[in-house]
Amino acid sequence: MMNAEREAKTKNDIQEVAKMAFEPKIVGFLCNWCSYTGADLAGVSRIKWPPNVRPIRVMCSGRIDPTFIVKAFREGADGVLVSGCHPGDCHYYEGNYKALRRVHLLRRVLEQFGIHPDRLKLTWVSAAEGERWAQVTKEMTETVRRLGPLQLKD
Amino acid sequence: MAMVKLRIDGTAVEAEQGTSVLKIAQKVGIEIPTLCYHEGIEPYAACRVCSVEMVRGRRRRIVTACNYPVSDGIEIFTDNERVRRVRRMILELLLARCSEVPVIKELAAKYGVEKSRFGYDPKEKCILCGLCVRMCSEIVKADVLSFAYSGTSRKVVTPLEKEMATDVCIACGACAYVCPTAAITIEDLSKRKGEVPEFNMGPPTAISIPYQQAVPKVPFIDPEACIRMQTGGCGWCAQVCEPEAINYDMKDEVVEVDVGQILVTTGYQVFDVGQMVQYGYGKIDNVLSSLEFERMLNSTGPTGSRVLMKNGKEPRAIAIIHCIGSRDEHYHRYCSRVCCMYALKFAHLIKDRTKAEVYQFYIDMRAFGKGYEEFYSRVLDEGVNVIRGKAAEVVEATWSNEREGYLLVRCEDTLIGKFREIPVDMVVLCAAIEPNADADKTANVFSLQRSPDGFFLERHPKLDPMGTMSDGIYIAGCCQGPKDIPDTVAQAAGASARILVLISKGEVSLDPIRASIDENLCGGCKVCNNLCPYTAITFDDVKKVSVANETLCKGCGTCVAACPAGAITGTGFSDEQIFAEIEGILADAGSKR
Repeated sequence: MMNAEREAKTKNDIQEVAKMAFEPKIVGFLCNWCSYTGADLAGVSRIKWPPNVRPIRVMCSGRIDPTFIVKAFREGADGVLVSGCHPGDCHYYEGNYKALRRVHLLRRVLEQFGIHPDRLKLTWVSAAEGERWAQVTKEMTETVRRLGPLQLKD
Repeated sequence: MAMVKLRIDGTAVEAEQGTSVLKIAQKVGIEIPTLCYHEGIEPYAACRVCSVEMVRGRRRRIVTACNYPVSDGIEIFTDNERVRRVRRMILELLLARCSEVPVIKELAAKYGVEKSRFGYDPKEKCILCGLCVRMCSEIVKADVLSFAYSGTSRKVVTPLEKEMATDVCIACGACAYVCPTAAITIEDLSKRKGEVPEFNMGPPTAISIPYQQAVPKVPFIDPEACIRMQTGGCGWCAQVCEPEAINYDMKDEVVEVDVGQILVTTGYQVFDVGQMVQYGYGKIDNVLSSLEFERMLNSTGPTGSRVLMKNGKEPRAIAIIHCIGSRDEHYHRYCSRVCCMYALKFAHLIKDRTKAEVYQFYIDMRAFGKGYEEFYSRVLDEGVNVIRGKAAEVVEATWSNEREGYLLVRCEDTLIGKFREIPVDMVVLCAAIEPNADADKTANVFSLQRSPDGFFLERHPKLDPMGTMSDGIYIAGCCQGPKDIPDTVAQAAGASARILVLISKGEVSLDPIRASIDENLCGGCKVCNNLCPYTAITFDDVKKVSVANETLCKGCGTCVAACPAGAITGTGFSDEQIFAEIEGILADAGSKR
């Protein structure tokens, strides 16, 4: 009994340690005009942001097909960050509204698949918001770190 | 009009019938005194001073020259003994009413009247000539002034005998201008409606050249102050303008112009220094904003470039406080960049024009440009006091006799580590440069982005400082961020060159990122048709497929993501390419299936 308890505790500890050491892999889909430029600005301004977020540039957040997001999860991503221009600031007038609709729908679908909806996040970061980009990526990384690995790929 | 012949003081004159005697006399150079006549207003013959003797045949009578119409064969005597006697009596009566009015005293003295037998009233100034009343109704057409009461109580009044500036008065000042005895004075009208130019510091006129360097340098009419535009009266400037250049019907109009490229140079606005109550702007006299002080130093400014306090005296000491609204967490965190240098210029000009002590209160002296540091040294050599530390407050020193009349600037001198109180006569607040209040609307119109400080965002801070995210739209000057004149000129010249490059090239090269539709795959569902913000996708009714116009398409890819049949491909961003990217960046995630 004592042994089993100790074993369980040890296992728990190991898991905790593993979680601490866990570096989530997050795929970021960034629109060319706002978020990608904003992320670039963060770099130019020497603002540190977590390398866990791996950006993919698209011309507009409206280009982001839900299959991209699902594909990213399937390929082993622990989280997906979709980032576009602030509402009303879209370079293509309203592409970000389309992204908004798609992401919200997909979050529901993901939940039904057993994927925590917090693993998919939609944010608005403008080209001037290097600091905000750093903050958004930090928050996202922490959220996914807390949720633990998704391990869909195995 | 028939011409008539008459004689005036022995001179034979030919004139149009019905012309007044006064006009003919003025034409031939005979002076007839008058108080109530004005060439633009109907004569009224109120003052009677212009009385002359008219002879027709055997009839001789006294008439008033201003409104007596000439007829054939008459003879006029403007200065014979009878006329002089009549005028003496009139002036004696006028002098009895208004005994201290200079113009009447002078005229009376000219006719040998030193004192009136009929009375003495030093306070009365109005001779009831009605010039102001006629001006107000005939020319200004405001109909404010009128006569009231009768007999000895008769006087000129405003509606209901209220103070000036009743609702109907447009405060044009015309009545004061024509009043021969200065009974209505311009001081009465200190709160004038049309007081627009430069911070209430200059004389307001309805028609003026706004400033000496105006382009084009022509006068313009301020519709707020112009009598003609307010009441339909006046119109004198059109009468005196020989080339007939004045057109009251011209109005601001909106003109639509088709252009291919736009340079946005909407500039900035000045921080409202009144927000920082600790400096007393608007409450304490002689606390000026930097722009007001700049106007004061200007040779075309209200004081003609003299540095003066409100009481008209030269200040003994002037404090210049930097960073009002900039480098301040409560207002703007950024540095407005130009203030240090213009503050030094102020100091230099004050030293040049007055004997005043100058104190600069600065946080950091930012002499960043070519020749600026040298100028800073020069100003220091001129004996300007610089105190490192932002002033905390400005107060009136009214409690101490020793410092009576001074303003005290309280600050911490961080270089000596002490709190100080500096007595000065004038304080200049160097106001921050801030984005225009309507910058958000401008940004919307031109699809511009704004940085967190509110200024318009350039495409790239180093590689493209005048371009914007929208092709063909450029920015220059302070709308992009605070900058001085050389930097603004450089940026504007750069942006103009960019524009000229495209014009001389004659063609626009577009990014190759375009959507194309595979006719074989397209099922004709039309989902993409309404998605396109540029209406680049149309439906081909014959083939029953959607067609993308490559010239209109901007390559956002919204349709690509939406197409249920996967018939639309975005060049450079096809599904396969993005899938490959996803696989690539996740290559290290777990093992492959």
